[in-house]
Amino acid sequence: MSAVPHRLHLEGLPRRRAVNRAMEVLAWIAATIAVAILAIVVFSVAQKGWSELNLDLLTKSPIPFSLTNAPQGLANAFAGTLVIVALATAMALPVGILVAVYLNEFAPASVRNGVGIVLDVLNGVPAIVIGIFVFGLLVVGHGQSAFAGSFALSCLMLPLVARSTMEVLALVPNSLREAGLGLGIPQWRTTLSIVLPQTIGGIVTGTILAVARVAGETAPLLFTSSFVGTQTNWNPHHALQSIPVAIFELSESPDPKDHARAWAAAFVLLLFILLASLGGRWLATRSRRKLAAR
Amino acid sequence: MSTTIEPTVKVETRRHPMPPREQLEKIFMIENLDAIYSGKPAVKGVTMEVYKNLVTAIIGPSGCGKSTYIRCLNRMNDLIPGFTQTGAIRYHGHDICSSDIDPVAVRRNIGMVFQRPNPFPKSIYDNVAWGLKVLGLKDNMDERVERALTQAALWDEVKDRQKASALSLSGGQQQRLCIARAIAVEPDVVLMDEPASALDPIATAAIEELMNSLKGEYTFVIVTHNMQQAARVADMTAFFSISRGDEGTRYGELIEYDATEKIFTAPSDQRTEDYVTGRFG
Amino acid sequence: MSTADVSADAPRRPLSGRRVRFGDLSLQVVAGAAALATTVLVGLIVWKVIDGARLAIGNYGISYVWHVAWNPVIDHELYGAGSFLFGTAITSLLALLLAAPLAMGVALFLTELAPRFLRAPVTALVETLAAIPSVVIGLWGILVLGPALRDHIEPTLHSGLGFIPLFGTPGSGSSLFTAIIVLAIMILPIVSSISRELFLGVPHELKEGALALGTTRWEMVRGVMFPYARGGVAAALILGLGRALGEAIAVTQVIGGGVFIHSNLFGGGDTLASKIAASYQGSTTKLQTSSLVYLALILLVFSLAANITAQWVVRRVARRHGITRGGHA
Repeated sequence: MSAVPHRLHLEGLPRRRAVNRAMEVLAWIAATIAVAILAIVVFSVAQKGWSELNLDLLTKSPIPFSLTNAPQGLANAFAGTLVIVALATAMALPVGILVAVYLNEFAPASVRNGVGIVLDVLNGVPAIVIGIFVFGLLVVGHGQSAFAGSFALSCLMLPLVARSTMEVLALVPNSLREAGLGLGIPQWRTTLSIVLPQTIGGIVTGTILAVARVAGETAPLLFTSSFVGTQTNWNPHHALQSIPVAIFELSESPDPKDHARAWAAAFVLLLFILLASLGGRWLATRSRRKLAAR
Repeated sequence: MSTTIEPTVKVETRRHPMPPREQLEKIFMIENLDAIYSGKPAVKGVTMEVYKNLVTAIIGPSGCGKSTYIRCLNRMNDLIPGFTQTGAIRYHGHDICSSDIDPVAVRRNIGMVFQRPNPFPKSIYDNVAWGLKVLGLKDNMDERVERALTQAALWDEVKDRQKASALSLSGGQQQRLCIARAIAVEPDVVLMDEPASALDPIATAAIEELMNSLKGEYTFVIVTHNMQQAARVADMTAFFSISRGDEGTRYGELIEYDATEKIFTAPSDQRTEDYVTGRFG
Repeated sequence: MSTADVSADAPRRPLSGRRVRFGDLSLQVVAGAAALATTVLVGLIVWKVIDGARLAIGNYGISYVWHVAWNPVIDHELYGAGSFLFGTAITSLLALLLAAPLAMGVALFLTELAPRFLRAPVTALVETLAAIPSVVIGLWGILVLGPALRDHIEPTLHSGLGFIPLFGTPGSGSSLFTAIIVLAIMILPIVSSISRELFLGVPHELKEGALALGTTRWEMVRGVMFPYARGGVAAALILGLGRALGEAIAVTQVIGGGVFIHSNLFGGGDTLASKIAASYQGSTTKLQTSSLVYLALILLVFSLAANITAQWVVRRVARRHGITRGGHA
């Protein structure tokens, strides 16, 4: 730009432009670092886990302190995780839906705010403290069990399920409720047969996301379901091994063969969680678009 | 068409007689400007000059692209994704649309006041002072702020509460604050996009008086849907209207541009006459 | 959000008389019971944790909080939270210090700088970082990050900046330093996604008003966007801090353990959360167990404080911006 007469303020501009450019570069760097970290972690897990992945992992039991190369796996952990997560979902889902129904359909504003705060507080309790809580409540005097572990996980799932269900319930237009009531259908029937079915998609999505969240949780299980045997066990009255706890224990071991199994299990776990998270997120966007288009 | 028509409303004008056209300095030379949003043209083929130290009004029906056009003059449309333009806007001879011109420098010299007041969430003082600080006009800050607020006819109302939040002001006061903010940094041109449309008549009158008293220092270009306002304050008036292209596209076009007197009493184009006499538009 | 007013005023034609109202009442009672149970649950958590810590509280009182000790030897038992509180403070605060500017940068990138086609994918990628389970990050931390830091970064920092006591002799790779990096990675997504929402919420007119004066985009961000989003960003930082405080698994995997207070970041240590996790295999005495629960109680108090503060900040900010928007109308 050439010099132009008449009060064309250009002083200091080169320096200000340089500062602006520098900030732009820094922001680009920050974004690159964030994506790079994700790439590095996922790549490490994928690379190391994939090479160690074999069917033994799912079918063989662990042999602790093994000095031979006898095939071993984490069958007990996979079975245990299935049981624990399924039980946790069974505990959290109905309660979460009921809480959401109560807050959205029946509760006065003050109660809704109050219980909303309670849900947020529950969401903010660290997982390890939940573990200690359930330890004191269910384990002391009775011993560990998958039930206790599931209960701990369900405490984590509850606020997630409740919040996501509340969001979809709020999206159901009031005209639908009024239509049902106007036809003479009692409120409980309207809620259960007309309103809730509209929200199934959202509830499923919310549940998938909640499961993705707790499937990888280790801390709540350490004190409730970690003293386990090596045999594959499906009985929830006993403490059952879980994939996250197995990874945790293997990661602390000095044996590189244990590390190998840890990477493989981490790979499977990460794959499951990423697919569930992305799948849940995609379902949510799709249903949001459908509701908006209506 | 050279029929002389009676203006529909007798308006008192604040205009002083304009010097002859040849003596006026051109500040903008717009050449065949097309402004296009995501492939759909908003205005096409605009060619006109803007003269220094005059008030130039842009009038026309809703949707004729007046706001789009004025936002081209200080590169504000760059902020809208999908926007492109063709043609040239020569500001003191330099095409400000060319890629080697920095929009920051353009906006430094060509300021803008928007349709709805948009004061920053800062104090009244800081609203004016922030721009000064950032742009390097740090000397005599208090005097500069006072001068800007005085020129915007706001000083008396706020001088005792400059530290109060700008959001505590009324709409008309907020708009005058935005004007003060714009002129504090001493731009060359001040663009105004329907600045009084959200304001009551008293606030509107204050802003019109402001333009009149300040045009010795600045050049004003004002978009207005209010014909009487244009008749009151503007020296030159540009009339835009909506034209239809092929395939049913609608876009804005400059129909007539002339001294305000002429536009309102003896327009050359039938469409201009129809609009200013209120026949439609 | 829909309200219950519709149901209260809507005409009810009790075709089946009492049975209809019974149905309504049942649903309301059952659903209300669930809400009540949730509230009771939170109360129960607090009560159970206090109850479990009672023995240790009785033994040590409040001085437990700053006492540096952890000696489980029978007949010489002595426990204190001091070193773990130090570990928690130093790892969480430094992790926040590391993650916050990075998160702001990411948020600014996504809202102001990124080309359109990059915005959605990069946003999704950053949020995916939050989905990685902590045990997997911890595994990566022990086996990949720790050794890399120990072999390459720590010696460089020590030789260059060793005069600062923070950068003392490099250790085994499991250290406060590794824990700080791991925590920063874990809180980055939360802070960045909340900040991104906040920046997207800055009204377009405000940004245009600043740019129309001839300011650069950075000047606009600094002068208008940051002040506007200030409250929300504070809440985001507090939430990130809360997350870092409570992280037990990844930290315990990489922090190295230890019961001392020292300034060398490359040495080991423990946080409140990591010490609890590290002790899961069992305590020898009731006092030790109770002392662990006392640690959990302290952790709970801090987490709740962070959580409630963040919520309060959010409410205040929402109120202030509500007024702002009203004034514009």
